[in-house]
Amino acid sequence: MQDILSISAVDLGKKIAAGEITSVEATQAYLDRISAVDKDINAYITVMTEPALKAAEEADKMIAAKKAAGEELSPLAGVPIAVKDNMCIEGTLTTCASHILDNFVPTYTATAVQKLIDAGCVIIGRTNMDEFAMGSTTETSYFGATKNPRDLTRVPGGSSGGSAAAVAAMECPAALGSDTGGSIRQPASFCGVTGIKPTYGRVSRYGLIAYGSSLDQIGPLGKNVTDCATILEVISGHDAKDSTSAGADETSKQDERTTDYKFTEALVDDVKGMKIGIPRDYFLEGMNEDVKKAVLDAAEVLKSKGAIVEEFDLGMVEYAIPAYYVIACAEASSNLERFDGVKYGYRTSDYLDLHNMYKKTRSEGFGAEVKRRIMLGSFVLSSGYYDAYYVKALRVKALIKKAFDDAFAKYDVILGPVAPTTALKLGESLSDPIQMYLGDIYTVSVNLAGLPGISVPCGEDSNGLPIGLQLLGQTFDEKKIIRAAYSYEQYRLNNMSLKCDDIFGKEA
Amino acid sequence: MVITDETIEYVGILAKLELSDDEKEQSKKDLSDMLDYVGKLNELDTSGVEPMSHTFPISNVMREDEVTNGDDKENMLKNAPESNQDAYIVPNTF
Repeated sequence: MQDILSISAVDLGKKIAAGEITSVEATQAYLDRISAVDKDINAYITVMTEPALKAAEEADKMIAAKKAAGEELSPLAGVPIAVKDNMCIEGTLTTCASHILDNFVPTYTATAVQKLIDAGCVIIGRTNMDEFAMGSTTETSYFGATKNPRDLTRVPGGSSGGSAAAVAAMECPAALGSDTGGSIRQPASFCGVTGIKPTYGRVSRYGLIAYGSSLDQIGPLGKNVTDCATILEVISGHDAKDSTSAGADETSKQDERTTDYKFTEALVDDVKGMKIGIPRDYFLEGMNEDVKKAVLDAAEVLKSKGAIVEEFDLGMVEYAIPAYYVIACAEASSNLERFDGVKYGYRTSDYLDLHNMYKKTRSEGFGAEVKRRIMLGSFVLSSGYYDAYYVKALRVKALIKKAFDDAFAKYDVILGPVAPTTALKLGESLSDPIQMYLGDIYTVSVNLAGLPGISVPCGEDSNGLPIGLQLLGQTFDEKKIIRAAYSYEQYRLNNMSLKCDDIFGKEA
Repeated sequence: MVITDETIEYVGILAKLELSDDEKEQSKKDLSDMLDYVGKLNELDTSGVEPMSHTFPISNVMREDEVTNGDDKENMLKNAPESNQDAYIVPNTF
């Protein structure tokens, strides 16, 4: 039997369902692993030892009862899952990796997390992140940086760096992250795991502490495509508590893809006739040669399996980052107004009056990167600059969406890199914000256009660091990217020897 | 774009942030660099392009306005930095 820590979430679920191992034993194995390695990695802000063991006991009882009654079990029943620290869980510290929320205990649970709990999953802990999800390195966390398990001198990526590192270091079988500009896909790429950013509106944002509300989306990070598709199937669906969630209104219901959540049906090793486009303008100067080669080799693999692969000009690539930062910071400055030291969170100890209390609380409670983005957002929304910056960015967003619409009129899937480089050294990027933002070039446009994207390991650079392949689909076409990613993964498992597959095993 | 002391003061008021002198200088530089960078968007002719907020067609869902959540006052007040019985306590406003 393979080591319980290395097998996938779905395989663990099977073993639990078959009675080969209990949820309590699996949960304890992961808690032991966290105790052994997390002091070096810092993937977790909170380890939920007691509540997790209690939930595992409940899960074992529920599984036994369902089996006795002959009822169907969720494939994830009894499986421990980690959750990024920006999703509310009732009665559990939820910090957003910020000083301003370092004592916040929500009175309700995020819908995506509740759906996992309802499926019998055990929430094992809260993962580290960039403060308020603002960053690409998980270095802006108030609770210290997370290290990349593949090289402890490097960043895990971000902002869901804790979730990606926890999966990579086998500190959980799978985790939830959130993606506003690449925050699931880029850390998945840097840590050698798989991650899906769903279509905007696919997964409820209720209980997700908002950063950029028009861009934020919750999604899974896991050891393989099967785990991610299975988790996505559990957490997707319309939610009356999120007015932007799709699938219930008359307009979105007309498109049957908006209510098709059977993502595991797409776990098929077949890309024959699938049309895949590679944007020529993704492969320009400044890109790491190892990344370029690994991604183009992956395209050849899909071609050899029968996909029709061609290069094309996507356009608008260089405008995505400036448009993204205007829109994301504008929304952030508005969303983060609520942190004022009145109803929850940190309050400064020394103040003159109400207004002074607000300002001091926020200035002491937020870190440098968060303040930088609130300042930019406040500026672009201010009278006199609103049209020139904010409305302009929304017009550019329409052009970016159109560029993708034109591409998806010709192609089923767009293939490219996740990031221009592999994981950087700790401390290397924070000093120059614009340089750091440029690393988001292949990911932010996907959030602006509301598209689904998946990051799958596809190689290693000369230092042995993981490289991610990004596959993009039209809105609500998760099944196409899952099928392409799964087909690629089957080739990789059988023909390549990546470190991630040595660690997680090849039984996917 | 040059960011003046007055602009930083004004944006600081909008953002409800009290920046130290060092932070103000850094913020002037950061804001100026970022605005120069996002000025790139002006290379694009967007006349006639509607600003886009939502990326796929979605329409309103109506429902009866009924209270569905219970009273959770006690737990909510536990999160307050300062509270008294049923109320949040804030500093003097005058």
